[in-house]
This record gives sequence, C-alpha cells and structure tokens, in this order.
Amino acid sequence: MTSIAATGADLHAHDHHDADHKPGFFARWFMSTNHKDIGTLYLIFAIFAGIIGGAISGLMRLELAEPGIQYLQSWASMMAGKDASMDEAYHMWNVLITAHGLIMVFFMVMPAIIGGFGNWFVPLMIGAPDMAFPRMNNISFWLTVVAFIMLLGSSFVPGGTGLGAGTGWTVYAPLSTSGSVGPAVDMAIFSLHLAGAASILGAINFITTIFNMRAPGMTLHKMPLFVWSVLVTAFLLLLALPVLAAAITMLLVDRNFGGAFFDAAAGGDPVLYQHLFWFFGHPEVYIMILPGFGIISQIVATFSRKPVFGYLGMAYAMVAIGVVGFVVWAHHMFTTGMSVDMKMYFTAATMVIAVPTGIKIFSWIATMWGGSVSFKTPMVWAMGFIFMFTVGGVTGVVLANGGLDDNLHDTYYVVAHFHYVLSLGAVFSLFAGFYYWFGKMFGRQLNEFLGHLHFWVFFIGVNVLFFPMHFLGNSGMPRRYPDYPEAFAYWNGVASTGYAIMAVGVLIFFINVFWSLAAGRRAEGNYWGEGATTLEWTLSSPPPYHQFETLPVIK
Amino acid sequence: MAQSNLRVAMMAGTLAISMVGVGFAAVPLYRIFCQVTGFGGTTMRVDAAQAATVVATDKTMIIRFDANQRNGLPWEFKPEHPTDTVSIGAKDMSIFIAKNLSDAPVTGTATFNVTPELAGKYFNKIQCFCFTEQTLQAGQQVRMPVLYYVDPKIMTDPETKDIEEITLSYTFYPVEDPKTVDPAGEGS
Repeated sequence: MTSIAATGADLHAHDHHDADHKPGFFARWFMSTNHKDIGTLYLIFAIFAGIIGGAISGLMRLELAEPGIQYLQSWASMMAGKDASMDEAYHMWNVLITAHGLIMVFFMVMPAIIGGFGNWFVPLMIGAPDMAFPRMNNISFWLTVVAFIMLLGSSFVPGGTGLGAGTGWTVYAPLSTSGSVGPAVDMAIFSLHLAGAASILGAINFITTIFNMRAPGMTLHKMPLFVWSVLVTAFLLLLALPVLAAAITMLLVDRNFGGAFFDAAAGGDPVLYQHLFWFFGHPEVYIMILPGFGIISQIVATFSRKPVFGYLGMAYAMVAIGVVGFVVWAHHMFTTGMSVDMKMYFTAATMVIAVPTGIKIFSWIATMWGGSVSFKTPMVWAMGFIFMFTVGGVTGVVLANGGLDDNLHDTYYVVAHFHYVLSLGAVFSLFAGFYYWFGKMFGRQLNEFLGHLHFWVFFIGVNVLFFPMHFLGNSGMPRRYPDYPEAFAYWNGVASTGYAIMAVGVLIFFINVFWSLAAGRRAEGNYWGEGATTLEWTLSSPPPYHQFETLPVIK
Repeated sequence: MAQSNLRVAMMAGTLAISMVGVGFAAVPLYRIFCQVTGFGGTTMRVDAAQAATVVATDKTMIIRFDANQRNGLPWEFKPEHPTDTVSIGAKDMSIFIAKNLSDAPVTGTATFNVTPELAGKYFNKIQCFCFTEQTLQAGQQVRMPVLYYVDPKIMTDPETKDIEEITLSYTFYPVEDPKTVDPAGEGS
C-alpha cells in the first residue's frame, strides 16, 4: 500500500513498482489471474453478450409489432440459405426466444453481476490481495466464453424442424428429447454444462475467498452487504446448478443413449424434468437478483451518507430469501396437475419470500429517510431499481396464488412480471453498479449528464415496453408465439415502441462509456466523498495492480 | 492459509458433487413418491387377496375408457365399451381391443394414467396390461382385460369426494427392439 497513486496519470510513474507491475498484453488478458482483470473481462463479455441477447429481443419486438407474420419467414430463409417453410419459420421463433433467455440469464446477468462486479469488488471490499484461487478464476471465465460460443454455434446446426435449439430456456422434455432431433439441442445442453461448471468453480472461489481472506478485524458481521450478497449467491449456485447439470445430463442420455428418464412410453415422466429444472430454476432467479440487492445497498448508503438501515436484518434477509427459495419451485408448475393441498403449500411458501424482500425494500427506504441524499447517477438508478423491483415483486405475489396462476400461467403477465424483476430489476442494479464503480475500475468517471439522460430514456423505454404486457397477459395473450389476434395489436405496438425508446437509452450508455473512457473526468480515490465507506474507496482509482500488500486492519 | 483455502474449497466442491447425486437420486425417489401417493394420476396396484377385502358400496361412479396410440404404431386400439358405471368398491373388468392393421408382427407397450389426477390414489388395478410388451402378428386382434376397483375411501377424502367420473387412459407406443415375445393378454 506504499505506492497508492492518486490519479491514473501518476500510476505510470510507478509502472516498475512491484505492486503495479503489469504483464504484457497477451499474458495479462488471456492468461489473467488478476481478479480485477478477470472482472473487467467478465464485464466486457457480458456487455457483448447483452448486445446479442438484446438484439434478439429487438427482432422479436419487430415481428410482434403488428399481428401476422411479417419477417420471420425471410429471417429463417436467410439463416437456412434456402426458402424456409412456415414451420421452419415458427421454429426460428422458438430459437429466438430460447437464445434470448439463455443468453440473458447465463451470459449477460450472471457474468456481469457475479463474474464482473463480484470479482472486482469482493476482494477489494474484504481487504484481500486477490481471489483465493486466481488460476481457477481464469478457468471459470474462459469456460464461460467457450459455453457462449457453443450456444451461438448451436443456431447454425439442425435442431429438428429447422436450424438451432428451439426448446425455450427451460429445455422441457419431450420437446427437447424426441421433439428436437439433430445436434443443436445437444450443443445447447453442453453449453449449459460448461456455463454451469464455470459458475460452480466461481462459487467455490468466492466462498473460499470470503471465508478465509478477510482482512484482520473484518468479521462476517462487518462485511459490506455486497459481499454478503455474493456469499449467499455462491451457496445458491453450489446447491442449485448441480441439479440442473444432473437434469440436462439425463436429457442427453434420453436423446442419445436410449434413456427413458423423461419418456412416458418407457415408464419415465416428463414432469420429473420440470421438478428438477425448477429446483434449479427458482434459486437461479435469486442468483441473478441477490448481488443486485447488495449493490443497491452499497449505493443507497453511500448517497444517503448513512450506514444502511438494519444491517444485520439486511444480511439475514438475503440468507432467508436464499433458503426459502429452495422450497418453492413448484409454483412454476401449478398447471401440471397438483392437488389443492400442494398448491396451498407452494402458494404460502412463495408468499413468505415477500417478507424478507419487504424487509430489504423498507430498509432501503429507511436508509434514505432523513439522510443527506444526493441524486448522483448511481443513486437514481438505485431508486429506479427499488421502484421497478417492487412492481415486479407485487405481480410476483399475484402469480404466487395457485388459483390465479391457472389463468395467468404462460401468459404475457408472467413475461411482464419476470422482466420487471430482471430486465428492470437486475439490469437496473447492473447499471447502478456500473455508474457507481466505473471510475474506481477505469480511473475516469462517467458523465453525469449523459448518465441521467441514459436513466430517464431507459426508464421510460422499459416501462413502455413491459407495462403493457400486464394488460396483454390479463386478456389472455400466451407467451412464446410470434403471432396474435387483432385484439392484442394496440398494446403490442406500444410495447415495440418502448423497445425502440430503450434502444436509444442503450445507445446513450455506450456513447457515455466511450466518451468517458477517452475524455472523462479523472477519478480520485474516493470520488463519492464521505458516504463511501467500504475498503475499495481507500485505494486509488484504478487500484494498483496488486492491492493490500499490507493488509488493512478493521477496527 | 493455502491449506485452509484448499479445505474450504474441498468442502464446497463436495457439496456441489453431492447435489449432483441428489439430482440423480430424485429419479427413483420421484417414482416411489408417485407410486405411494398416486401423484400425477399414477394408479395403484393391488393383489387379488387385498382386493377381496374391499366392500362394495351403493354409490356409483362413471368410468370412461380412453385408448390412444402414438404415430407409427399401425394398430387399431379401442375400449370395448367407452364408459362403465360401477359401484364404488366393486371389482369391474373392462376390455380393450387391439388389432394389428399391418402385415407384419408389431410390438407395442402401453402407458396409462387416470384423470382427474387426484383420483389416481384411489384407482386400484388388480390386473392390467401396462408396461408389458405386446406383440401382435399381422392382422391379429386381441382382447386385453383390466381388472380394477375404485377404493371407497375416495368418498371421504375432501379433495376427491366430489369426483363423479374417472377417465382411465391408455396409450400404446411402438417398441423398436422387443425384448421378450409376450403373447398378448397375458401381461400382469
């Protein structure tokens, strides 16, 4: 810690100092074992994947802008290199929804929030020099890249009716077994295996780092809430992903080796796949949102210039969400023929999750209450998060009712719900974190005006995009179809307009990033001032290549 | 420190690997769960001695029979009577008729369930042709019996006491490599 430079320019003067000695380009970025570099790689990867996943949703909104099939057949023909039949066009739709879901979940949100911010800031916040297993960290990242290439590649090989895997992100049997011949689904499953293995290795790394490498004096109950959120997330990954791995391995056996785990003809049961999938799938949604909770807690405390309200309650609320998240999975399966008693249990258990979630929402509000709030860009994103996530949480409580879900299951109401918690929840927390830490990571701050502009355009865009979906779902529009009757035309048109507004917002974001990287204001060590109290703010921006050679001591 | 890191990592790794085991263990556990609880319309199997202890009641239930075959199985498959009205608790025999329409021997196997799925717990089969491979010679027709009764407990379970009609559905699937040549109708 002897050579902490105040600014990026000063850093060059210390290039040859041990703490800031960087390897050459190839060794630094392709064989990286430095948690900050790997975090940066993850962020770049996630942004890249997000552009692809976002572009796919753009194609979907374009097709859905009007009733009837306008573009799908020509896209399918373009992909196949020949005139595609209508069935192949419909298959293309399935491929689009599958790719959008898998990319956004496994290759955008998870790499950004766990791989990106987790890698960057968990060691910094606990006062550790690096992750516990730096080389395993490198393996995790590159496995994710290979998994992503594998998934993209699956779009160009036969998957049954046409090219690509058209199973939905849930990969339900029998559509994914006897319903999709050809290598595309095998490739998609293999991609999930790799991404899952990468995340499990990452989770082991985080758990070891957080348990063993905290600076002297930093007890578990003094850890920043972001570190708590990553710890809980790592345990969820460790318990949930192996079950997905088992389930999709069974799919592979059913597909290629004559297995009958999910084949009713030979005594298997396709509903079993759904149980296994959702035993993973429900914790997975908390995996995506919990680190976001952590980020929001840091930001709200920083810009209210107060410690977060009810610290222990906040930490254990996340633990409670994680634990209860494992016993509610069948609320995704209310329509598979359950007894009233089972529905009652899963309804009640699901609603219980609203309690710790409510604790978090109210504690954030209580943190702001009476605080000296400054509306910097990260703070407006955080407040946007709290508002949007609450909307998604309320529709979640609606959907938790087994009786109501009979009507709303697989409608656009569900689509609206999970996009409010993910596309407006998790993504808002990602942007909030990005604006909060950008200067810390790259030495230059993002532009405040462009940041606010980005926020307002994006906020209006996503709400115009997703709010009408509640109406569509309430009127019974089913999800996963490329076409709909005239009656749904109006709100679908509005939603597609919302997509265009949101896209402009994303454009502003990229302008901001590139402009700020080139000419942004240089960031001091602690550019947010007295509200920013965690350890990363005691370092320069960006931090030296190796930090905390002398461990900080927490009083 | 390094050793301690390794220990934590090993513990976490063990946790992950054991969760893979839990995932696979779910397969037999789920099967047992369905058999015990009748979950998902799984019917119950009883032996003749057990069936003899059940007393017929005077309340009746309509049983519908449904027969399907998957594409690619050149059979005609239908129940002899589409519905039966039986007294709850009384044993009843119903006949399904399968005929091979092709001019080569074909082997098939049947799966089954009942709807409403909640009735599975109380639908007891003493004898049926489920999950046994049936080989029909070219043009052969067989009559396949199902011997069953509806457990009188169905009338006291609050979830099922309103059920007045149960559908028993069979679906025949083609078997690609028949293991045994089981003369039709002798399956248990």
